[in-house]
Amino acid sequence: MAERRFEISRIPGFATVAVATFVMLYLPIAALVTYSFNAGNSVAVWEGFSLHWYQDAWNNQAVKDATARSLIIAVCAAVISTTVATLAAMGTTRRARFRGDTFIYVAINQPLMVPEIVTAVALMILFGMVKEATGYQGLGYLILAHSAFCIPFAYLPIRARLEGMDLSLETAAGDLYATPWQTFRHVTLPLLGPGILAGAMLAFVISLDDVIITEFVKSGGQDTLPTYMLGQLRRTMTPEVNAISTALLALTVVLLTIFFLLTRKRE
Amino acid sequence: MTEAVTIEARNAVKAFGQGDHVVRALDDVSIQIRKGEFFTLLGPSGCGKTTLLRLIAGFEMPTSGTILLDGADITDLPPNRRPVNTVFQSYALFPHLTVAENVGFGLTMQGRPKAEVKARVDQMLALVKLEPMAGRKTSQLSGGQQQRVALARALAPQPKVLLLDEPLSALDLKLRKEMQVELKRLQTETGITFIFVTHDQEEALTMSDRIGVMSAGKLQQVGSPKEIYTRPVNRFVASFIGETNFLPATVVPGGVKLSTGDVVEVATAAQGTVTLTVRPEQVRIVGAGEAGAIAARVKFNVYFGTDTHCHMALADGTEVVARVQSPASGEAGVVEGTDVGIRFAPGAAQVLED
Repeated sequence: MAERRFEISRIPGFATVAVATFVMLYLPIAALVTYSFNAGNSVAVWEGFSLHWYQDAWNNQAVKDATARSLIIAVCAAVISTTVATLAAMGTTRRARFRGDTFIYVAINQPLMVPEIVTAVALMILFGMVKEATGYQGLGYLILAHSAFCIPFAYLPIRARLEGMDLSLETAAGDLYATPWQTFRHVTLPLLGPGILAGAMLAFVISLDDVIITEFVKSGGQDTLPTYMLGQLRRTMTPEVNAISTALLALTVVLLTIFFLLTRKRE
Repeated sequence: MTEAVTIEARNAVKAFGQGDHVVRALDDVSIQIRKGEFFTLLGPSGCGKTTLLRLIAGFEMPTSGTILLDGADITDLPPNRRPVNTVFQSYALFPHLTVAENVGFGLTMQGRPKAEVKARVDQMLALVKLEPMAGRKTSQLSGGQQQRVALARALAPQPKVLLLDEPLSALDLKLRKEMQVELKRLQTETGITFIFVTHDQEEALTMSDRIGVMSAGKLQQVGSPKEIYTRPVNRFVASFIGETNFLPATVVPGGVKLSTGDVVEVATAAQGTVTLTVRPEQVRIVGAGEAGAIAARVKFNVYFGTDTHCHMALADGTEVVARVQSPASGEAGVVEGTDVGIRFAPGAAQVLED
């Protein structure tokens, strides 16, 4: 007779907990999306179907500016953090172990451990001094700050991919007359592709979503989409916020789908 | 005739670890490998054969000692600047490239013109009989085909030396036999020096021009397959290659005296306690009491098909195995319990110093 395996689905109440979990996860999002199509002004009372909040958001110059800013920052932060993270991952996996390599691992992942509000205040003070000294008020501060806290999110998937990669491929490339740079360019990088893509997308989404550090670091008139929406809280909330959130959600879903398709094709 | 030396290792030492935990994977090895020969490094796992190969390839730097290629010191050159290519045990084919791109990789990295790369790739694929697979990804190939791609890839840049790190160990027996013949053919056709690493003594004996037997980081013996088999220099080499009998003995004038008191005529310069070694196929079974024969009793027979191993005990219990050809019909070997005499074929017995 076959041995009876432990199956978690046999525990009493499994179905209830499972359903409750999914409801908790998706009901708020469903409500958000539904009310983005509300004809009335309320985010809580349904008054019929309409697309005019999307139209309002689309025509709102403040929203357009915030979106553009968010995208510029997220793209720059994703590119910079992924580049740095790739180099860091190479440096921490493609060499002999050395004293203090655990410390370096911790140091790279610092943004995951230090409370974000602490970093936010620290950056505000530091950048305040730099702004004072240089007079530069541009988006550079936000890009720099976002790049920094996105590094661990880009680093972890790239490192995971590198650790799973057979070192003998790079050895073979070197054996076949490839210089270290050619080996990286023709072997490591192509094989690392899915990991880098995953890291970059994660970094992009994390940057797009950030409120706390952005709120503290931004100069006047530098609202990103999330801080703009936060600002709206202080006035009367309209389903415009729902519409913007739904658009962000759609963007994220599209990105994740592209990523899924790309990585699956490569396997 | 002195043949040109292609690869030479001088007093190569490779130590791993630090402080009290130093392991000498390679312990003062000096070896000369001749131009155009099929040289095999043979030994059990952990004997240092792969370490020596990696030093020649440039994947590891020796702790001390030098590696020379055609007389020039290449010890400090990185792998990509040595005209030496490797066939890896795991093949290490690039999964993101096609078969043709894999084979052309070395030439492309050297910056050769595209037309030359293509011509050479076609030539190599023809050599290993894989032309129809040129556009495939390597993951779509069988183990044997991947092995051929690895070979073609390593041979394409026309290296001075080809290093092969147990390349046949992942193949099943039938395919392994085919590839042995194939490798020998490729080596003859290309004229490139092959350095082949294996722990399989049969593979070493059938394929090599010369064999270097290694154990515990040291080179035990270098010689032709026949020299290694018939004239092993020590107990390790004698027992690692083929099967053999070991008989404790002491040196007496004109030969050695076995523990049974029988004297075997054999030339030796050794003194005192030694070991006499005789291959089972050199042990002849004769009638009991025959003049000059050593008395023995048959214990049991092991049937191998073409021949039968007859296990016997000498008067003092020392075991001796004789290999006899199996008869076409009737019982193989000699009936258990029979008293017999044994002789050693002339020149077959050899003295090993303990």
